[in-house]
Amino acid sequence: MSFLELKDLRIHFPTDDGLVKSVDGLSFTLERGRTLGIVGESGSGKSVTSLGILGLHKGGRARISGEIWLDGEELVGASQEHVRTLRGKKMAMIFQDPLSAMHPFYTVGDQIIEAYRIHNDVSKKVARKHAIDMLGRVGIPQPARRVDSYPHEFSGGMRQRAMIAMALSCDPELLIADEPTTALDVTVQAQILDLMRDLQRDFDAALIVITHDLGVVAELSDDILVMYGGKCVEYGTSDDIFERPEHPYTWGLLGSMPRLDREPTERLMPIKGSPPSLINVPSGCAFHPRCAFEERTAGLAKVEVPELRETEGGHLVRCHLPAERRRAIWRNEIKPNLEAS
Amino acid sequence: MVTYIIRRLIWAVVMLSIVSIITFAIFFLVPRLAGATSESLAARYVGRTASAEQVKVAAEKLGFNDPLIVQYGRFAKGIVAGADYDYGPGVEHCPAPCFGYSFLTRLPVWPDLLDRLPVTMSLAFGAAVIWVIAGVATGVLSALRRGSLFDRAAMGVALAGVSLPIFFTGIVSLVVFSYGHPFRITAPGGSFTPIEENPAMWAYNLILPWITLAFLYAAGYARLTRAGMLETMNEEYIRTARAKGLNERVVVVKHGLRGALTPILTIFGLDLGLLLGGAVLTESTYSLPGMGKYAIDAITNQDLPKVMGVTLVAAFFVVFANLIVDLLYAVVDPRVRLG
Repeated sequence: MSFLELKDLRIHFPTDDGLVKSVDGLSFTLERGRTLGIVGESGSGKSVTSLGILGLHKGGRARISGEIWLDGEELVGASQEHVRTLRGKKMAMIFQDPLSAMHPFYTVGDQIIEAYRIHNDVSKKVARKHAIDMLGRVGIPQPARRVDSYPHEFSGGMRQRAMIAMALSCDPELLIADEPTTALDVTVQAQILDLMRDLQRDFDAALIVITHDLGVVAELSDDILVMYGGKCVEYGTSDDIFERPEHPYTWGLLGSMPRLDREPTERLMPIKGSPPSLINVPSGCAFHPRCAFEERTAGLAKVEVPELRETEGGHLVRCHLPAERRRAIWRNEIKPNLEAS
Repeated sequence: MVTYIIRRLIWAVVMLSIVSIITFAIFFLVPRLAGATSESLAARYVGRTASAEQVKVAAEKLGFNDPLIVQYGRFAKGIVAGADYDYGPGVEHCPAPCFGYSFLTRLPVWPDLLDRLPVTMSLAFGAAVIWVIAGVATGVLSALRRGSLFDRAAMGVALAGVSLPIFFTGIVSLVVFSYGHPFRITAPGGSFTPIEENPAMWAYNLILPWITLAFLYAAGYARLTRAGMLETMNEEYIRTARAKGLNERVVVVKHGLRGALTPILTIFGLDLGLLLGGAVLTESTYSLPGMGKYAIDAITNQDLPKVMGVTLVAAFFVVFANLIVDLLYAVVDPRVRLG
């Protein structure tokens, strides 16, 4: 059995306007030491998925079904209290904006010490030493002094490093990073990505990186899962997604990604339209109203939800177009445009 | 930090001076503008049967014939350096801080105030403990169970608490819990036992005023806490705290409530400062001999030195409480820099 396995995970929120299907039948597996990138637009269900794995929807209004297996334990059916004991210890999370994700009234050190002492029965003194070690390990200079600083006294990049130190303080086996670099300066982003890659190797943790930035996943991920409207639309290795993408939505993401190796005069190709409503999900393929190739399915995309099918060697695609057609479109119509310079 | 405190203390003195000038002006300048003479002012303090001659002597003795600025200067000097008063038979020295002698009773004001202060402090601090605990706890529970029956009931009671005046709730509670009922929980007003004399009696005599006063304030604190908690519990740092694996109670108290504490602290400082100057309605309703009662009596009798004294002491507490709140702000919220 895989270290982490999601089976048909559904997270729905009942609201006054209707049922919001934030995550709707998501399955994937992840091994220790591997990195999975989850990519998609805002509202595609990435963050809801990660919070669901941590069990942070439990006790709320969310309706959760399906299975989450972590190291042989099923979490969806497990008690809130049991999942709490796993949080921070077995699985930890790095949030997007460290300034709002850290408590403004406690020092960085206190917050790391707190995280460590929840799961380790040690004195404050020992925990403090551990906190200083962790801060040093994530590359914060003079950690013995900085441990007593407040989050607002750190720069953005330092704060994210501190956040990472906090998440790693209990040596988690699963680390989820939700948009870890989105709130940072571009120059700092690369440093944080390097740091995460190094630390993951050291800690041998399974890493899930959630982002809308394909550049980030390209840096870090072994595997990539593309989400759209709460569903996985394409899954494959980093090579599959960047070299042989088969889903029109993935093509759209690639086309809208700014690249330094292209002519500055060249226009990006944004995906037209906006993300689907999760209450009134479009009929058939959720992407069909925005898909440039929808008419080539002879109307099928409008009425039938496509299955997630394997096209070759673990590469999964949710599209009505036949595999050969998709490859031909990629080869003849999309790829030349992306590479034109 | 030290320079900040010094600067604030200087400001406090300036504030108090302004307050004293205004109070002084209201009592002396306004009647004169309305046409009162030194004699008609003095007439209030000598009794109805006094002759015109006696009134004139009294006016001279009370210093009403001097220019206002001189009168005020004499008063201010008394507070800082003490003063000598010539009351017929001999000269009396009134040591600093001297708020003068009552126009009516000829007794010095300051010892009177010192007598009243423990009553008001007992009332204010006791009530504060009750209202902070009750108000904040209710607010937290309401916020966590937003929309529940508890929340709606608590907020309904809170609305009543804010709206009902002390002289209503106080009298109702006296009728229900005190006057001659078998289940009375306190003596019918008017008695105050110093805490150092008999702590049990002290509490017994004050429990009803405490609860009445606390009811009024707890209501506001419950609403304030509830609003603050609803906001902070949606903050991202709460999600972080949960993601660490903290149990929910710690998340709520250490992270949520801590984040919502700042505005509560501000209001608390101001409320307490104001109350220490006298809980006028509560003290009147329960006939407690505190600062508020003293102020009412002083104003009714137009006894200027008493009014000045009680006003300045009340203003001092407000100014002082403000200073303490500002200093505590920097402790509670490390992002605040004093300077």
